[in-house]
Amino acid sequence: MEAFHLLLYGFSVLMTWKILALMMVGLTLGIFVGVLPGLGGPNGVAILLPLTFTMDPTSAIVMLSCIYWGALFGGAITSILFNIPGEAWSVATTFDGYPMAQQGRAAEALTAAFTSSFIGSLVAVLLITFLAPSIASFALKFGPPEFFAVYLLTFCSFVGLGREEKHKTLISMALGLLVAGIGMDTVSGQLRMTFGSTELLRGVNFLVAVIGLFGISEILLTMEERLALRGHAAKISLRVVLKVWREMPRYWATLLRSSFIGCWLGITPGGAIAASFMGYNIAKRMSKDPDSFGKGRIEGVFAPETAAHASGTSALLPMLALGIPGSGTAAILLGGLMVWGLNPGPLLFVEHKEFVWGLIASMYLGNVVGLVLVLTTVPIFASVLRVPFAAIAPMIVVSCAIGAFAIQNAMFDIWLMMLFGVLGYVFKKIGIPMAPLTLALVLGSRAEDSFRLSMIGSAGDMRVFWSNGLVGSITTLALVLLFWPLIARALAAMRKR
Amino acid sequence: MTDPGVEIVAGDPDEPPDDSPAVAQQRNVEMVTLAVTLAFALLMMYDNWRTGISWEPTGPAAGYFPFWVALILGGACLFGIVKEIVKRDSGRDAFVTRSQFKRVLQMFVPTLLYVPVTQWLGLYVASFILIAGFMIVVGKIKAWKSLLTAFIFSAAMFGTFEIAFDVIMPKGPLEHLFGY
Repeated sequence: MEAFHLLLYGFSVLMTWKILALMMVGLTLGIFVGVLPGLGGPNGVAILLPLTFTMDPTSAIVMLSCIYWGALFGGAITSILFNIPGEAWSVATTFDGYPMAQQGRAAEALTAAFTSSFIGSLVAVLLITFLAPSIASFALKFGPPEFFAVYLLTFCSFVGLGREEKHKTLISMALGLLVAGIGMDTVSGQLRMTFGSTELLRGVNFLVAVIGLFGISEILLTMEERLALRGHAAKISLRVVLKVWREMPRYWATLLRSSFIGCWLGITPGGAIAASFMGYNIAKRMSKDPDSFGKGRIEGVFAPETAAHASGTSALLPMLALGIPGSGTAAILLGGLMVWGLNPGPLLFVEHKEFVWGLIASMYLGNVVGLVLVLTTVPIFASVLRVPFAAIAPMIVVSCAIGAFAIQNAMFDIWLMMLFGVLGYVFKKIGIPMAPLTLALVLGSRAEDSFRLSMIGSAGDMRVFWSNGLVGSITTLALVLLFWPLIARALAAMRKR
Repeated sequence: MTDPGVEIVAGDPDEPPDDSPAVAQQRNVEMVTLAVTLAFALLMMYDNWRTGISWEPTGPAAGYFPFWVALILGGACLFGIVKEIVKRDSGRDAFVTRSQFKRVLQMFVPTLLYVPVTQWLGLYVASFILIAGFMIVVGKIKAWKSLLTAFIFSAAMFGTFEIAFDVIMPKGPLEHLFGY
């Protein structure tokens, strides 16, 4: 019941014209970014982050998270109308969404996608509302060893559960940890890895790296592709909306299942993309008529969209409660938190109530407003794709440069952004995943600090990570996850015998 | 119901053809990248070893953590390189074709030049030049449309950041002329 009161308090924080206006701006920008080729959730949030630098934290996070919801909604538009998934997790939506558009049922598919996204995130927000405060208050008892164990768990689960080649995940993560360590060492105050450069003294800023990795590299990658596109236009009438909504209750099991899959995978680090595919595949497997999937079945839109939004939203749960982002975008939001002068982690719930509950309330409100907005404005946003990429690309470059410069007022950072842009381009092309790098960049120094503080506390005894039941089980779980591919293989071999 | 016909069409003036020859092979680029990363890891290991990787009475020295991370990085790179050498199949996929590479450079080179121009003329003028130039030369869009778009965008950015949000950007002679 306490959560309910706090939520009401959160809504009261939101109810100012300024914040409501920022919400609308955020959603519109987000949908715009989601529709544009080559941009999506993390890129959009990274590029637009500088807009929020001078705002107070609550306004800033509301606007940024609305950009994120908008981008998620926008991704569905291009998947269905143009068969172009804006993001990895929109791929599954194209399986049935595009055939529906080809059959002239684009409006139905879009309504289905938007509504199921809404349901997916609603379930996830409910989960956040009631679970995050208890996790945070539990985590308040954590000391450095516990925190290090949780960071270790995050890193290990990326390596063990990710679908990329293991050594590539490891390269991405280790590089992120190294780059995060450049500059002044926070424990001893010693300089390291600066090679005498004064520019490197303050370290490599996380956001500069992210703007390069996601913004610049994405522009380069998009340039490579063919940019000509053909798509269906769609206008959603109230009649179609009501028709889809009337049909919806029939698919309650699919919606519920996908929501749970999404929430589960969203909280697990590195699981967000898998969610939409898993939602789709399970819906197909459980269906009485699996062959009709892929030919324009509305359930095939419901399932992945619900799961994708549920995971995208629930990825914010560990970020809020523990300061550990569950996805790339959550990592960037976390970076934003630090720019606004907040210290992510369980203390947020105690020290910045208005921030946390404003954000949670904005998730409810943002999704409702977003749903209405996309349902009414689809034709406008779809026509954004008519704008030639040659006009959009340099504008995105300029926005990236402004963002990179604004963080520390340093020209050096624009050069650094370019470097990370090239790095991101090459890495993406040879299959080195970006998410572990992002995560390591944002968590690196905190993971190191907690490790060293633990070591100072225990006088260098590694057994501190097994000193009590809680930290022991987290550490053990982390190691199990790290070696999970090997363990799974061994188990399978044993079963064969 | 909507009309099932295709209604939104956006053209691409010089689309990369499929049969363009490869500039580099996927496998070679991967090996080179891993080798460069390995060199970076070794450099970092050396620097951290210099900083100190031992255990001091107050716990691990400043170089301890990064040293081991760099060691892991180097190990993973080495593993990747060996794996690519041992792997016999294909490796002939194009990393980038010539026409693709041309387009990437069309984007990358102006962006790279944009940075020193920003230092010299200020961000807003540089942005105007980048957008207008790119639209005219690469996008083959009519000059008046390109110039107008670039002007409106740069002016809007100036209005948003310099005036509305007080975020200070590098400025050049033109802005000084107007007293900024």
